[in-house]
Amino acid sequence: MTLTAPLTTPLAAIGRPVLAMLAYIGRIALFAVSVVSHLFRPPFYPREFLTALMQIGWFSLPVVGLTAVFTGGALALQIYSGGARFNAEAAVPSIVAIGMVRELGPVLGGLMVAARVASSIAAEIGTMKVTEQIDALVTLSTNPLKYLALPRVLAATLAVPVLVATGDAIGIAGGWLVGVHRLGFNPATYLQNTYDFLQSWDVVSGLWKGAAFGFIVALMGCYHGMNSGRGAQGVGAATKAAVVGASVLILATNYLLTEVFFTS
Amino acid sequence: MIELSAVHKSFGPNRVLRGVDLTVPKGESMVIIGGSGTGKSVLLKCILGLVTPDAGMISLDGQDVTRADRDAFLARFGMLFQGGALFDSLRVWENVAFRLLRGSLKRPKAEAREIAIEKLRRVGLKPETADLFPAELSGGMQKRVGLARAIAASPEIIFFDEPTTGLDPIMSGVINDLIREIVTEMGATAMTITHDMSSVRAIADKVAMLHDGLIRWTGPVAEMDAASDPYLQQFIHGRADGPIASVR
Ligand SMILES: Nc1ncnc2c1ncn2[C@@H]1O[C@H](COP(=O)(O)OP(=O)(O)O)[C@@H](O)[C@H]1O
Ligand SMILES: [Mg+2]
Repeated sequence: MTLTAPLTTPLAAIGRPVLAMLAYIGRIALFAVSVVSHLFRPPFYPREFLTALMQIGWFSLPVVGLTAVFTGGALALQIYSGGARFNAEAAVPSIVAIGMVRELGPVLGGLMVAARVASSIAAEIGTMKVTEQIDALVTLSTNPLKYLALPRVLAATLAVPVLVATGDAIGIAGGWLVGVHRLGFNPATYLQNTYDFLQSWDVVSGLWKGAAFGFIVALMGCYHGMNSGRGAQGVGAATKAAVVGASVLILATNYLLTEVFFTS
Repeated sequence: MIELSAVHKSFGPNRVLRGVDLTVPKGESMVIIGGSGTGKSVLLKCILGLVTPDAGMISLDGQDVTRADRDAFLARFGMLFQGGALFDSLRVWENVAFRLLRGSLKRPKAEAREIAIEKLRRVGLKPETADLFPAELSGGMQKRVGLARAIAASPEIIFFDEPTTGLDPIMSGVINDLIREIVTEMGATAMTITHDMSSVRAIADKVAMLHDGLIRWTGPVAEMDAASDPYLQQFIHGRADGPIASVR
């Protein structure tokens, strides 16, 4: 024991967080399976679903739109100045469009929704847990996964692709504004260029990403809320964990999906 | 009939229940007394399956509660939580009628609302409160809404966790009478947690005292005063000196 300890200690120091992370991912996967399984078993709660759709979809539009317009604008400036090094300024419209719909629209949209929605779901459900409202739901013969988690997860999975599509359009418009007013592009040519080079799979792959990110955001909010510790501190920690976890998972999933979608 | 035998529950190093044995006969009103933090709420949550005991057996009418069909089992219960546990996104009447608005007991909305308003009246709340949100009510009013929700679907077994804490003496009297009424009129089985000795005398058929994770004393309320147990005597007379340490 004592002889091998100096050798195994560093390994254990690496192994422990890795094991903890795998266990964490496993717990979330199990949670996801049990939430989704309620999709096929009545009773259903359409009112909760519609409320969640409003909260997650409609009220996230401003923040997603603002993110997209500034990103599209900045992207146009960057591509123009970078492209100038090899006389490729004309590529601005197509690269802005491809960059927005494939990558920046879904990822930044997903991250903004993570900040806004994962936090509010975790705080709301965490507070319900701390104030015994989750226990009360159970005693009133209502499954908290079915009543609280499923409507939010479903709403986010459906709403975020729509948000991403809106963000794509606004981002391209941001690029267009900067392209036309700051970089001297012809308005009609810019749009024609965007349209010509964009393929439908570019857009559709981004929407699939959006659906995956929406699922992740709501799932992480619900998971951490339902496993919140006691008191205000517990809710605070749950909220933070939900946002951090959702953001990291979004970026990791984005890489995996990009591999799957674009390397074959 | 609810039977607990050798129920244990720890939270980490905190050994809360250390072998609780208790029998609550059908149609009787059992009151649980004991100091704060002795595990009274945890005990009720164990019976409902909200907290899983580490060891021991809990049965309802002879059937192990962990084997029972959860929905059918819970449909027989009503529970008032210590903090009220009202859903703050729903109006008062929607809280009270929660069971009647969804699931197997679903009724038309107007009828559910009427029942809710009637239950609110029984706990001393005016019909105007029905359309408020829980956050707009005082603590004592929230408690009474929680009580109305617990009795809304006329359950066979009702748990009340500190029903009169935070209420004025008159309202406490109203709630005590109501609980007594529910047991005698509806034939319900009740378990009530309280610190209030006047409630104990008003509500209880039987009393059980929880101390150090065990049932220290249990018996009919009439025998409580004559019992020789020093822990029980210290508790019911509220003495600072005695076997129960005042620093916990
Ligand atoms: N979910 C929980 N996690 C950790 N400890 C808990 C939990 N619920 C209760 N406890 C602890 O169990 C003990 C008994 O709590 P409780 O049953 O609420 O007491 P009371 O008799 O006042 O109702 C307390 O020490 C409390 O801190
Ligand atoms: Mg308690």
